[in-house]
Amino acid sequence: MEKLKFGFYWAASCGGCEIAVLDLDEKILDVLEIAEVVFWPVAMDIKYKDVEAMPDGHMDVCFFNGAVRTEEQEYMAKLMRRKAKTLIAFGSCAHTGGIPGLANVADAKEIFERAYLKSPSTVNPSNVVPEVKVEMKEGTLTLPEFYDTVKALDQVVDVDYYVPGCPPPTGLINEAIQAIAEGRLPPKGSVLAPLKSVCDECPRVREEKKITEIRRIIDFEPDPEKCLLDQGIVCMGPATRGGCEARCLNANMACTGCGGPCPEAIEQGSAMISALSTVLGLAAEREEGFDPDGLMQQLKDPIGTFYKYGLPKAIINRRVIEK
Amino acid sequence: MTDFEPKIVGFLCNWCSYAGADLAGVSRFQYPPNLRVIRVMCSGRVHPAHIMEAFKNGADGVLVAGCHPPNDCHYISGNLKAQRRVALLKMLMAQLGLDPERLRLEWISAAEGDKFARVIREMVSNLKELGPSPLHDSEAVIAGDD
Repeated sequence: MEKLKFGFYWAASCGGCEIAVLDLDEKILDVLEIAEVVFWPVAMDIKYKDVEAMPDGHMDVCFFNGAVRTEEQEYMAKLMRRKAKTLIAFGSCAHTGGIPGLANVADAKEIFERAYLKSPSTVNPSNVVPEVKVEMKEGTLTLPEFYDTVKALDQVVDVDYYVPGCPPPTGLINEAIQAIAEGRLPPKGSVLAPLKSVCDECPRVREEKKITEIRRIIDFEPDPEKCLLDQGIVCMGPATRGGCEARCLNANMACTGCGGPCPEAIEQGSAMISALSTVLGLAAEREEGFDPDGLMQQLKDPIGTFYKYGLPKAIINRRVIEK
Repeated sequence: MTDFEPKIVGFLCNWCSYAGADLAGVSRFQYPPNLRVIRVMCSGRVHPAHIMEAFKNGADGVLVAGCHPPNDCHYISGNLKAQRRVALLKMLMAQLGLDPERLRLEWISAAEGDKFARVIREMVSNLKELGPSPLHDSEAVIAGDD
């Protein structure tokens, strides 16, 4: 049997998804039994022009990790779409925008000001900021444009499948590769993860939820046996798709939501806002003149809490840019 | 911006606020025609996504109206849930650059037709001062997202 041709590419991401592939350990040898890797810039010496020279649809599967925030990444996303028969958004950033997507609370100008001019560790006496085009006496130098808005992969090109997680857990990666090898992939557009939420996989003991204050992990030492939400810590488990076997909960940390929305959920963040609002309350709420803002202001950063990995896929997916 | 007519989406609960709006009608209280009413069984049924979706689709303001706390809610505590959701959403809206004043929560009973008319009049005049929603011509809400 001819081997399948795999490609891997990274865009706006940290590189963790590339490492997750290696987390397969010795199973990666089984992968190489059925597939050969034809494009993987992080691991092999190959240039963009080599991919451009491939015929369209040459790769069977491309695993694309990272969000899209520069002109170069957009170009590569479109190129990978052309060269691969099946394009898989691999990891939170490609799936829902991920941590880089939080940059949608700012725009390109603000980000450059912070990174190149204002941050305390920056030494930049001549105030150099990257530009798309610079004229030198030897010729014109160019850089890809840095966009105002970070996008998930499917907001740029058509995506066939999604493997969620930051990074995707090895169980899900294995399962996805098995499904590809055996030709039993579900309908196009599916998320290759279980249908239930993280809570379904969480070993902690849950009671009827009724909390009166929001606490953070720095405030106290949580009971490792009890549900973190029951203890007042905002855990995104109820609004997050499982498949990770509750790995953060097993390490006594709250779920931050990297698995993306549950199936049929309109949106992950608002699902959690809705859920939290049903369990967080005070006896005094029924009294005249109660201030609900005070109750909620215990929560320091709603976007960072509810949309940590999903701002580009939210209903309103960036801070408004006033024209 | 004198000719700007704001669009308001109003989620009114079946048991109190919708009846309050009805009373405003049969009592012939005057209020401006800027409100699009959506009747829901309970203000606690209004999901945060409904509100965000209304803003995304061009609402300049959103009203959520339900039964008076502490004990008027037909479903015991739906109004309190709406109150908490709106409080959280207002914080979220501030981070997204949308003025939280565009979202308003009001308790309007079936006997308060006059209050209903007053709330709508106030909202319209506030929104006229705030101007059109900045989402009208922003690049937020990426195409191909649905």
